Amino acid sequence: MTVTTRPPTGSAPGPAPSRPTLADRLGARLTALPTVAALLIFVGMIIYGEASYGRIVQFNTLSNLLVNNSHLIILAVGLTFVILTGGIDLSVGAVIAFSSVAGVMLANAGWPPALAVLMMVLIGSVLGLVSGVLIQYFGVQPFIATLATMFLARGLASMLSTVPERLEDDSAIRDLAAQLKIVDGDKVNDLVITPGVIAAVVIVIAAVVVLHRTRFGRTVYAIGGSEQSATLMGLPVSATKLGIYVVSGTLAGVAAVVYTSRLGSAQNITGIGWELDAIAAVVIGGTLLTGGSGFVLGSVVGALVLGLMNVLITRDGGIRPEMTTIITGGILLVFVILQRVIAARRRSETG
Amino acid sequence: MTGAPPIVEMKDISISFPGVKALDAVDFRLFPGEVHTLMGENGAGKSTIIKALTGVYKIDEGEILVAGEQRRFGGTADAQAAGIATVYQEVNLCANLSIGENVMLGHEVRGPLGINWKATHRAAAEVLSMLGLEHLDLRRPLGTLSLAVQQLVAISRAMVTKPKVLILDEPTSSLDATEVAHLFTIMRRLRDQGVAILFVTHFLDQVYLISDRVTVLRNGALVGEYPIRELDRTTLISKMIGKDFATLRSLGSERQSHHYEPRGEPLLRAEDLGRKGSSEPTDVELHRGEVLGLAGLLGSGRTELARLLYGADRPDSGTIWLRGKKTDIHSPTAALNQHIAFSSENRRDEGIIRDLTVRENLVLAVQAKRGWFRPLSRKEQDTLVRKYLTELNVRPADPERPMKYLSGGNQQKVLLGRWLATEPDLLILDEPTRGIDVGAKAEIQAAVAALAAKGVAVVFISSELEEVVRLSDRIIVMKDHRKLAELENGPHVTAETIVAVIADEGDDEEGEPE
Repeated sequence: MTVTTRPPTGSAPGPAPSRPTLADRLGARLTALPTVAALLIFVGMIIYGEASYGRIVQFNTLSNLLVNNSHLIILAVGLTFVILTGGIDLSVGAVIAFSSVAGVMLANAGWPPALAVLMMVLIGSVLGLVSGVLIQYFGVQPFIATLATMFLARGLASMLSTVPERLEDDSAIRDLAAQLKIVDGDKVNDLVITPGVIAAVVIVIAAVVVLHRTRFGRTVYAIGGSEQSATLMGLPVSATKLGIYVVSGTLAGVAAVVYTSRLGSAQNITGIGWELDAIAAVVIGGTLLTGGSGFVLGSVVGALVLGLMNVLITRDGGIRPEMTTIITGGILLVFVILQRVIAARRRSETG
Repeated sequence: MTGAPPIVEMKDISISFPGVKALDAVDFRLFPGEVHTLMGENGAGKSTIIKALTGVYKIDEGEILVAGEQRRFGGTADAQAAGIATVYQEVNLCANLSIGENVMLGHEVRGPLGINWKATHRAAAEVLSMLGLEHLDLRRPLGTLSLAVQQLVAISRAMVTKPKVLILDEPTSSLDATEVAHLFTIMRRLRDQGVAILFVTHFLDQVYLISDRVTVLRNGALVGEYPIRELDRTTLISKMIGKDFATLRSLGSERQSHHYEPRGEPLLRAEDLGRKGSSEPTDVELHRGEVLGLAGLLGSGRTELARLLYGADRPDSGTIWLRGKKTDIHSPTAALNQHIAFSSENRRDEGIIRDLTVRENLVLAVQAKRGWFRPLSRKEQDTLVRKYLTELNVRPADPERPMKYLSGGNQQKVLLGRWLATEPDLLILDEPTRGIDVGAKAEIQAAVAALAAKGVAVVFISSELEEVVRLSDRIIVMKDHRKLAELENGPHVTAETIVAVIADEGDDEEGEPE
């Protein structure tokens, strides 16, 4: 009963946009505020970057931002499903490693590229299913279950190979990272996308539709609100919880395809800590770790905030790259505190 | 309801759990267009019968007929499909979702593009207006509503499937009077539409306000089914607690003498102590060496009042003076530091720690009071443990035995020892003798009497009226979360007196709207 919100008076505190319709909506769904804040910070970072370093608001920088982070966006979408139910998936980084190494080795062994790609995605699905079964049918805590899957996947990747496996230069899988020019600008300033970016966009749209327009999606939110209530309301809680880990695993498989095609090689140590980047993206995007509140689009913004931060640090030149994690941690902390403040405010106003 | 066949008929229902027969050949009937109340003390089998009817428990014997058709419920979904909807005591909705969505969750209107929110909200509005809730903004999060309105939304949700039977399991326990009135208006409206309503409550007044018929259960067996007009309060209470008036009179539970004359300054004095929804403002006075009994039926607010005294819940009105000084008891730790100890009625969950030994369980409170940075030495522990194991005659007197291997009565003695070890001035015992055998019960009663003789003030809460009368110097009689009367104990006071107070007060009020 603590998740409460102000009456829809439209007087949302903080940096709410001034248009009344949107403000009204925000009042009714104040849960969107952290997401809006993330968006504002993203915009603020762009403005700051453009003002300080220049060449931020231009086609090639923004294209690169999307191309280089599409795998992170896909991972964050998967984790949004999991975190919305109040769960966690620590295995996605290791799943990418196993899936990538296996995919590259299969492709190099002569498997048809389409089949190799399909296998990469399926590896993710199966590992997600393993986590889901552990959690739902053996009552293992999501943290522990996915930790086990993480070790399993990382171990399997290491068993396959401990050296970088290079995708053959003529492999069709590399085509998935082919740059498609949308706008041909001056010199190198082109707006380009890759099939990976397209995949990310399609996945984001599909996730929004699933979460907001299907019973599966609404059950995800209901479980995050109160699993017991969802069960007593007769919602398919077991199937849904199983489903979200399969979704997360599958999307990790897709992310593996996107990343491997871009890099052209795979290694057993790929993706260490990526699960944490994805969780950070989801949290920065305004999803509560306790579940029940948040948006996929927020997670996308969160992933882009992290990506842009790397760009700005590189551009600055004065900030040592080692500082990246400290800054990530700092941003994360600011957002978590923001969420706490909002939650406390809502409690005091309705309580 | 006249002439129509019953919508639900449960025949010879028996359900056993390991070691307990929860329901023993119980019959139950529910007719369309009636409000039927299920009455009984704790453990009478009310919730078991509801869980059998909602498909949560499987029945061992007997049959369930819904609309004349025999049904076997494998789960809650089966019961829902048969037209039986349930609203539980706790609001089981999702506070993070909108009101409209909570009503329709799982029943959303779907089109080719997934959920059609417009149509879904329209359907939700329709159901809500049926219950007089058309003023609610469907898009607001449920969490912004008061618990009472959430409860009404939960009922709206139950009505989405157009059930023939609506089960309301203690829906009023957290509502205030106006909110209850609103709920009753809605219940009457649904009843007049032909819905059969099964209602469970501990509030006697409400039973008389809303019910058409009652079924009384006791110890898993059926006592009887009565039209409410033919059953006065006294009879109803004696049927619930299983002793008729003559028996109550003959029990001889009269107290020989009132062995303490309160004089001087009270140890504790509370004025207007209350908390919305759990305890109405009450005055309490407590002297050293006195046993104050809190009597009343289950759910009458005894525990709630005790929790306020102990700081387990924060009062929102009133003041407490302790030893003549105004004191804010804001937490159990603060209470402990003020030499107030509280032994919970929920021995299993809030009392013992099953896997720790008797010794570890016993020294817990002393250790907590001293602070965890100053651990009790093993020698100090042994001295304490030996003292209380002997004093309270705990059997077996083995300090290293895990608590779970002790009988309920001996666990209770260890708990009592735990609080005695803190050397309290005020000891609150909530149902210390529930579910333990007669011998242990007598020993605990003797221990309480001995404590009072040593000058400790004791608040004694029990559902067994005889026990309250036997031990207490004064008795506060409670009903519906407020103090009905305060009795000076003496030869004239018996369990029957208390029953009469509870029943009379209600009969006097009959006819008033609330």
